[in-house]
Amino acid sequence: MKAIINVSLKAGVLDSQGKAVHHALDSLHFKGVNDVRVGKQIVLQLDTDDKTKAMADVTQMCEDLLANTVIEDYEIELV
Amino acid sequence: MKVTILQFPGTNCEYDTQHAFEQLGADTEIVWHKAESLPKDTNLLVVAGGFSYGDYLRSGAIAKFSPVMKAVTTYANNGGKVLGICNGFQVLTEAGLLPGALKRNDGLHFISKHHTLKVVNNDNIFLEKLNNGDVVNIPIAHHDGNYFIDEAGLKDLEANNQILLKYTDANGDVKNPNGSVESIAGVCNKQKNVFGLMPHPERAMESILGSDDGIKMLQGFLEA
Repeated sequence: MKAIINVSLKAGVLDSQGKAVHHALDSLHFKGVNDVRVGKQIVLQLDTDDKTKAMADVTQMCEDLLANTVIEDYEIELV
Repeated sequence: MKVTILQFPGTNCEYDTQHAFEQLGADTEIVWHKAESLPKDTNLLVVAGGFSYGDYLRSGAIAKFSPVMKAVTTYANNGGKVLGICNGFQVLTEAGLLPGALKRNDGLHFISKHHTLKVVNNDNIFLEKLNNGDVVNIPIAHHDGNYFIDEAGLKDLEANNQILLKYTDANGDVKNPNGSVESIAGVCNKQKNVFGLMPHPERAMESILGSDDGIKMLQGFLEA
């Protein structure tokens, strides 16, 4: 089983990289973009097929290391 | 007086820090991150600047799991004095020994230059040699120095006099180089034994090299 984790800055925490990308899209004349957030994706290859266990383990990994919950949110998808 | 300086893979300010404290008359020892205990006679523990673990994942995120960090946490919780400079500040926030977090600079650039800072609270061993409102000239060199704390956390910092330094111009008026909340350059914990700042006082020890304002800051620790 694979865990796909998306880590991004919390709503309300200014995302300067997102802002810079937004400006760049604007200057390339891509219109109609209201907001850009830049995050990172971490993909884990797990040795289990037990979704409940995987979710519990990966949540702990996010809390301990993969995200800094002072400034970041994370989403976990198991596939 | 014994100053113990931590060294992770990627730390690069440990020798400058050692030189600075030896210049002030302290004994120093550099301790590799695999150590499971700190020298028994440690009076001050410094987490030096640099790029521990290449800043992978987030600055300081991986260093917090180094074996030595358990001893550092115990040392700090027992009232031991700890100073984190630059990457050391990032490590201490990641380890939960200091509140808040350090984000990418708002301008996205690495900033390396002298910057003036205003002393906000001197009722602690770090800044007791200075007066509130004093302006010091100290180099900054960071990519992730944008201090963030939520509103409730900021109120706590203000109420407990935990804000140490703010970025200002030479007159002491706020001038924010990196987007930090309230232009904060350094904070301490509530107990005032753990200190962190992004600027490098150990690089401001000789007036012919631009500034010796770091002397008064580091001296505070030696006389405490």
